[in-house]
Amino acid sequence: MSKIIVMTSGKGGVGKTTSSASFAAGLAQRGHKTVVVDFDVGLRNLDLLMGCERRVVFDFINVINGDARLKQALIKDKRVDNLWILPTSQTRDKDALKKDGVEKVIEQLKDDGFDYIVCDSPAGIEKGALMALYFADEAIVVTNPEISSVRDSDRILGVLSSRSRRAELDMEPVKEHLLLTRYDTNRVQLGEMLTVDDVLEILAVPLLGVIPESESVLRASNLGAPVILDETSPPGQAYSDAVGRFLGEQVAHRFITAEKRGFFHRLLRRTA
Amino acid sequence: MRLFNLFRKEPPSANAARERLKIVLAHERAGLKGPDYLPKLHKDLIRVVRKYITVGDDKVSVRVQDSGTINRLEVNIELPTTSLMHH
Repeated sequence: MSKIIVMTSGKGGVGKTTSSASFAAGLAQRGHKTVVVDFDVGLRNLDLLMGCERRVVFDFINVINGDARLKQALIKDKRVDNLWILPTSQTRDKDALKKDGVEKVIEQLKDDGFDYIVCDSPAGIEKGALMALYFADEAIVVTNPEISSVRDSDRILGVLSSRSRRAELDMEPVKEHLLLTRYDTNRVQLGEMLTVDDVLEILAVPLLGVIPESESVLRASNLGAPVILDETSPPGQAYSDAVGRFLGEQVAHRFITAEKRGFFHRLLRRTA
Repeated sequence: MRLFNLFRKEPPSANAARERLKIVLAHERAGLKGPDYLPKLHKDLIRVVRKYITVGDDKVSVRVQDSGTINRLEVNIELPTTSLMHH
């Protein structure tokens, strides 16, 4: 039985694609046949973060329009077994994504035996974002500890509970998870950043993971390798923990409290 | 004085963020509930009231109260103190 996951946020630039890439890679690493689908039509970027931009021949929209078969558009990851990427199109046609077309492709992915279909949503609450979340069984809401991001997450949670397929058909609601990204424990400790508890209290969604702010994330995107593959990096470990939790494992949260730093280090930070 | 300023810490801002968020979300969540025609009704009401009285957007509130058996449409218009004398 396939499970459809949407990676969503409302706000742009909070780490949806970074999280989709790592989450999908993490699920595949644990033996689940996984595909990550880029819904950001016209602003294709998942291919870059997955390092397969030069292997894109056909895309999601070609398959929807019947110009290519699904097999031709799916790109098999070279590093991780069980992992496929379905890139999107760079077309500027806003109506490229239609409900029946998306449904057709999702049904084919299910028939192909994918355990997980990870839908990487574009920002906003327009067509692309609505299509990405419409078929979801579970939603991972990516949020930064910053007011505009939290507000937009609240808004997208409202959309999930009213405009998803599950909501429209009066089925069991989409299962929601919170993924707090770009968390800076030092700034939290100084009272400069919302805490995990602040965000949890406001959004009231179960916490899937906290991804620490780290230079490894930019490095990973520079190299085109999901940061979860950088196994010694804090964000890599945090994503791996989050995938474990998603699969029902009991994993304690890390990277939530500041590491102990010497007086000299603190002094440097203070004046920096 | 200069030396003192060097060691002065900016007041922490996370508390302000948290409080502002709580207020704005309480507002927005209330607005999202209720029937779809509410925002439009709200705008129309403001337009009509303004024909007679000068009121700010925030002085007119419209909401549906669900009390189990009946739904009540509640319209609240806060008049400026001077308007009572003129009209």
